[in-house]
Amino acid sequence: MSHDTTHASPAHHEEHEHQESPVVFGFWVYLMTDCIIFGTLFTVFAVLSHQFAGGPTGKELFDLKNVEIETAILLFSSITYGFAMLGAQAQKKAATLGWLFITFLLGCSFVFLEVNEFTDLIAHGAGPDRSAFLSAFFTLVGTHGLHVTCGLIWMVVAFIQILGKQGLGSRMISKLTCLSLFWHFLDVVWICVFTFVYLGSVL
Amino acid sequence: MKRLWRFFPALPALMLSGCTVDLLQPGGPIGEGNRDMMVLEFAVMMCVVVPTCIATLVIAWKYRAANTKAEYKPKWAHSNVLEVFIWGIPVLIIAVLSCINFWSTHYYDPYKPLAQDMLKREHAENTKPLEVQVVSLDWKWLFIYPEQGIATINELDVPTKTPLDLHITSDSVMTSFFIPQLGSQIYSMAGMETRLHLLARKPGSYRGEAAQYSGPGFSGMKFRAIAMPQEQFASWVENVRTGTSQFAEKDALDEKTYRRYATPPAVSNEVAPAPAPVTYFSNVQSALFQHIIAKYNNGMARDANGNGVMHMDMQNNGANGTSSATGM
Amino acid sequence: MLGKLTLSAIPYDVPILVGTFIGVAVIGLAVLAAITYFRKWGYLWREWLTTVDHKKLGVMYIVLAIVMLLRGFADAVMMRTQLALSYQGNPGYLPPHHYDQVFSAHGTIMIFFMAMAFMTGLFNFVVPLQVGARDVAFPFLNSVSFYMTLVGAVLINISLFIGEFSNVGWLGYPPVSELQFNPGVGVDYYIWAVQISGIGTLLTGVNFFTTIVKMRAPGMKWMHLPVFTWTAFFTNIMILTTFPILTATISMLSLDRYLGMHFFTNDGGGNVMLYLNLIWAWGHPEVYILILPAFGVFSEIAATFSGKSLFGYKTMVYASGAITVLGSIVWVHHFFTMGAGADVNTFFGIMTMFIAVPTGVKIFNWLFTMYKGRVRFEGPMNWIVGFMITFSIGGMTGVMLAMPAADWVLHNSLFLVAHFHNVIIGGVFFGYIAGMNYWFPKVFGYKLRDSWGKWAFRFWFVGFYLSFIPLYIVGIEGMTRRLNHYDNPNWHPWLLVACVGVFVLTLGVICQVGQLVFAIVDAVNKKHDAQDLTGDNWGSGRTLEWSIPSPVPHYNFARLPVIRGLDTFETEKELGRPEPVSELQPIHMPKYSSLGPILGFFTFLLGFAMVWHIWWLAIVGLVGAFIAVVVRSADLDIDYYVPVEEIRADEEAFAKRLNAPQAAE
Repeated sequence: MSHDTTHASPAHHEEHEHQESPVVFGFWVYLMTDCIIFGTLFTVFAVLSHQFAGGPTGKELFDLKNVEIETAILLFSSITYGFAMLGAQAQKKAATLGWLFITFLLGCSFVFLEVNEFTDLIAHGAGPDRSAFLSAFFTLVGTHGLHVTCGLIWMVVAFIQILGKQGLGSRMISKLTCLSLFWHFLDVVWICVFTFVYLGSVL
Repeated sequence: MKRLWRFFPALPALMLSGCTVDLLQPGGPIGEGNRDMMVLEFAVMMCVVVPTCIATLVIAWKYRAANTKAEYKPKWAHSNVLEVFIWGIPVLIIAVLSCINFWSTHYYDPYKPLAQDMLKREHAENTKPLEVQVVSLDWKWLFIYPEQGIATINELDVPTKTPLDLHITSDSVMTSFFIPQLGSQIYSMAGMETRLHLLARKPGSYRGEAAQYSGPGFSGMKFRAIAMPQEQFASWVENVRTGTSQFAEKDALDEKTYRRYATPPAVSNEVAPAPAPVTYFSNVQSALFQHIIAKYNNGMARDANGNGVMHMDMQNNGANGTSSATGM
Repeated sequence: MLGKLTLSAIPYDVPILVGTFIGVAVIGLAVLAAITYFRKWGYLWREWLTTVDHKKLGVMYIVLAIVMLLRGFADAVMMRTQLALSYQGNPGYLPPHHYDQVFSAHGTIMIFFMAMAFMTGLFNFVVPLQVGARDVAFPFLNSVSFYMTLVGAVLINISLFIGEFSNVGWLGYPPVSELQFNPGVGVDYYIWAVQISGIGTLLTGVNFFTTIVKMRAPGMKWMHLPVFTWTAFFTNIMILTTFPILTATISMLSLDRYLGMHFFTNDGGGNVMLYLNLIWAWGHPEVYILILPAFGVFSEIAATFSGKSLFGYKTMVYASGAITVLGSIVWVHHFFTMGAGADVNTFFGIMTMFIAVPTGVKIFNWLFTMYKGRVRFEGPMNWIVGFMITFSIGGMTGVMLAMPAADWVLHNSLFLVAHFHNVIIGGVFFGYIAGMNYWFPKVFGYKLRDSWGKWAFRFWFVGFYLSFIPLYIVGIEGMTRRLNHYDNPNWHPWLLVACVGVFVLTLGVICQVGQLVFAIVDAVNKKHDAQDLTGDNWGSGRTLEWSIPSPVPHYNFARLPVIRGLDTFETEKELGRPEPVSELQPIHMPKYSSLGPILGFFTFLLGFAMVWHIWWLAIVGLVGAFIAVVVRSADLDIDYYVPVEEIRADEEAFAKRLNAPQAAE
């Protein structure tokens, strides 16, 4: 191993001043760590999923219809975000903003439905302090909801910034790409939530 | 110099004279197993550690910069032969230790009743095991003898040459049940029952302790484990039953008395809580142990045989839980 | 208005704390007064606090680590003196209420704010230089990470004077850390300090992983990375895979405490064993996170001071990788006594033992690096010889603990305490201190005084054995950790010896502080022979960082280096440096930003408010932090170009210095 020296020829000796921006890669790495947070919460849910402490079970609590609507909304919002990205790449400001707005509305309705479900559960005495099962449920689903909320706030900020000086410059494109990764990632997580938490509890 | 050398074997003995080195002088086969594993590993590891340390010093000295006579090969950075040894020797040692690891973890498994051959060596193969239920409280140990119908606090009396079948739980935070000279410790956790099998070979009084931090009274959470011949143990049980001992508590250990004892002492920031005195109970409400566990499990506890779940009726502090083995 | 915070939270009735407070206040005021007197506030703010320069952040991390070392060390001295006194009826001077906070703070500070901060400091300074980059991938994020760590450290130290700290050990095991058994704010301080600094570490992980993957100089292949950077790479992988678990676990503990949930409570179906598994699924890789960079430091130093290539470079890389993988699947060995089945215990026991293989391989490799070399025992090299002996012993006791049948009696004993101090002091601490001595001239252009460094080493080496061999022995005598007082006469003499040991260690710490003080004195006096003019202070540097001036210019490399295999600088020394073919060009650099400290400030408000349940202040903190992030994302003025003239002037000055000694010959 001592010296496999490569004499770099002058042709290779260029200064790569403008390396490609590592932002998207870095964000992707961050998403993987987020994935581990969700993985941990899923594990905890699996361990505690039968600890009802005499309280209600998932089967008694969950309304699959509501959840199916939520799922549909979130999946659809992924598609609309895709259109927003297409618009951004084509430098069409109006299309980008329009699709972003639609995505935002869909996201808001998802959060609204979820908050509704949570308040309903709490009103019926099935709050997160009722049992370990409900603690795990609220934390897992709530963490996802919190992520969606952060995504929505991010969307608002991006919306305003696109209207402002940043326009659809390269920095904004990479920002929108990150948000896109984030949004699709939340979709994937939601599929797991739907399958393991809701379907798993009801079936 | 030669004379000095003669004293060398006696040196450890001198250093430790009058002391009990709990883990090296065990009072039973489990502790002996723990010790043997420890000593064996120490010996095997010493075979590499000592040469490595010597080699470090020798090489560092021999190849010091001032020693210009030593060979100098600045480019030498790889050798297949050495690589084989560098990886091979540790793998070999660890492989050997792994086999011992596998065997000893199974053989001394605290959950398993003591192995037949071990019992035979201890002349205890025909002795009926003594069951003791251990509850860790803030900051004391409660020992319930279900068959004898008695209980003690901070003193565990056992017959020698008898397998001990310990069922352990906690009615407070998590801690660890440990008698260093008898061997193996196990956590005590609320709502759960952990198991430990021990055996005391010779009569003696052993230190017992909580080995996991459990709050301000942790340092005083000690007990004595007193091993005595079987006949003496029988008369001790009789003594406790009749309530004539100086440690006797006149009330039976029912839910009410239990609650009084289970309540933690008042804690001040300035002084450590005083250790709880030894107490004997001549009478214990049956299935108290199961009740303590059931409290945290929505009224459910495993039945005495460990193969069914029974529902402990918490509203009715009656004597017997309604046993409904669901076969879970 | 102030939540749970009242005047009674201030422990003015505890003389030790009042004394400490007065001491800290006097020193603090003196420092503030000095800064004001010398009119350095502007300089401090512009050049240091708002910096995004990885080198300055590295220095700030290490300064933080050293201050925290002093704090954690003071805790250690208090514990040892308490145990030397509190024998047979004597309660000592620390009742459990204080003593328990001291040992919890000692562990938490030493791991999160001493070792982690030190490690991150070394990464910050060294990794971008070793991969030939001008900064890390995300310089601003790097500043944020630092402030998160700082906020955690400040929170933990504020708990000394306002309220109390956690009393349940550095991992905060429930249920004793749950509200039911611990209604005070101590555990909350622990939660927020660890949580906030943990998020900082996670961001550091993202940053350095991306830096190593994406920012290497052109032509630098994976097998050209210096070993320190390799270990940094594996460490950051472990940070990325395990710190999220810590974040989630500590969050669940907070939910239990703040919202009455039932993850780890006794009642409501909570499960303590779940916490133990989760916290160790982070906690065990954490110790490898700490030790791997120390291995990296030793590899650099062994090669440099033996005047040889590192023996078995590839082996080192593979061994580090093996440790990364194995280190992630052994966490159960922290609770063999929980009652898992024999098969589970066997699996984790054997996996643990197998970690000894790659670790042993590394020891042999350092040994063969010295073999047939010309070993110079300057400061850093002392630590490595001390390390190899001490760590071998620590490794041996580690293997002893890996066997469940032995662990069942050694678990939670002082034997265990001695073991992990053996590997953390003998491995991690020796390594980081060696690294500090090694790279100090590169950072400041001034050397640390070698004689003080050698005395520091001697005191640490001897003091370590005096302090911890007795703990091994009392562990074998059945003494449990975290005891506040005891009545066993066999233990007392050994604990007295350990107490003497900690005072020997104090001498070591004094020497280290002396080393730093004299370095400042030398720098102020511009002492000539303490200066590093060539940039290759040890004369035998092999990696890129030694090829540039000391102190390093803020843009690091005037021209991005041409990578010529492993140990490029060594090759250059042999074959001659190629004439630069390209003209100097303006260098694109990030601008400093005051948003880092501002974000840190609001995060601090958030943490402090959450500890004391001051909800309005928590909202202020959260909203403030959010606004800081948005302002940053809207800021278009974040970078600039370093003009060619400045770079050329630096280069010419450096060339002049390089040629000066040759001219004299």
